[in-house]
Amino acid sequence: MSDMMDDMEGGEGVVKKFMFVNRKAPHGTIYALEALEVVLISAAFDQDVSLVFADDGVYQLIKGVNTKGIEVKDFSKTYRALEGYDIEKLYVDKDSMEARGLTEDDLIVDVTVLDSAAMAALMADQDVVISC
Amino acid sequence: MLHIVNKSATERTALDSALRLATKGSAVLLIEDAVYAATKGSTAAAKIQSAMADLQIYALGPDLEARGVAGRVLDGVKIVDYGGFVDLVTEHNACQSWL
Amino acid sequence: MPMVEVAGKSIEVDEEGYLTNLADWNQEVADYLAKEEKVDMTDAHWEVVNFLREYYDEYQIAPAVRVLTKAIAKKLGADKGNNKYLYELFPYGPAKQACKIAGLPKPTGCI
Repeated sequence: MSDMMDDMEGGEGVVKKFMFVNRKAPHGTIYALEALEVVLISAAFDQDVSLVFADDGVYQLIKGVNTKGIEVKDFSKTYRALEGYDIEKLYVDKDSMEARGLTEDDLIVDVTVLDSAAMAALMADQDVVISC
Repeated sequence: MLHIVNKSATERTALDSALRLATKGSAVLLIEDAVYAATKGSTAAAKIQSAMADLQIYALGPDLEARGVAGRVLDGVKIVDYGGFVDLVTEHNACQSWL
Repeated sequence: MPMVEVAGKSIEVDEEGYLTNLADWNQEVADYLAKEEKVDMTDAHWEVVNFLREYYDEYQIAPAVRVLTKAIAKKLGADKGNNKYLYELFPYGPAKQACKIAGLPKPTGCI
């Protein structure tokens, strides 16, 4: 985390490519919520931020959530606020999405769906990758 | 025996182990991230489907709803609420949690 | 956790005075919190406070100031969606004061 902040603050006007790779389902662990908070904070640094949703991370974006029964915050709504934070590069791994029986229409935000080759190229192109 | 699984079947092997080692007639309750396995179209769905021949499969409703998958549950999987969870625990002589 | 007394009811706040439970909020609580912040609530203040509550309801977060300003400009016009206007209403910062009065947690991305 502190390394990331150092990277983000390093050099006036230097814009780096930051990628957050979300690979966990939303409520069973705290990873997804924590990652989302870090992403929102990262928006303050005016960097080139991309979000990737792969493996169980695709489940973070599913529509039609109702968390009343488990008495936790429904942070799926917060992904819709990302646009206001100028974080608009959201990518979903196609294989992960399909392996879970989901389509783009099942997701709460507009995303770009990438096949493995395109995802690999995008990942290889980053300056900093944070896995969560 | 009531087997309780709470880990995602597309991330961990807990469900595989539980289904492999649960004896005929046992009950398996899916909670938390394990509930995704009981949803249509998931690669884990086939495991649940074939397990239903020998096992009673349950999934916790509030966890399905919190994950937006309450409308995608496989036919034959019984949805229970917290009261039903307690009933399952009391109806069985023992519980095994596959943490 | 510290407790405050509002209209005969005990309400839990954090060490900075933000409500612990969003559901405890009502107009009387808002008036109390505003008094603590030395803010005299006018219609203009309420407009921002209500905007923040709607924003929270929709997105489940309290917005960063920059995001709040932009969102207000979009909904209420550029004459309100700017730092000068918002800081005149809430001199110690719209994020700190308006969010507190609106009963929201401290804004995410506020550093």
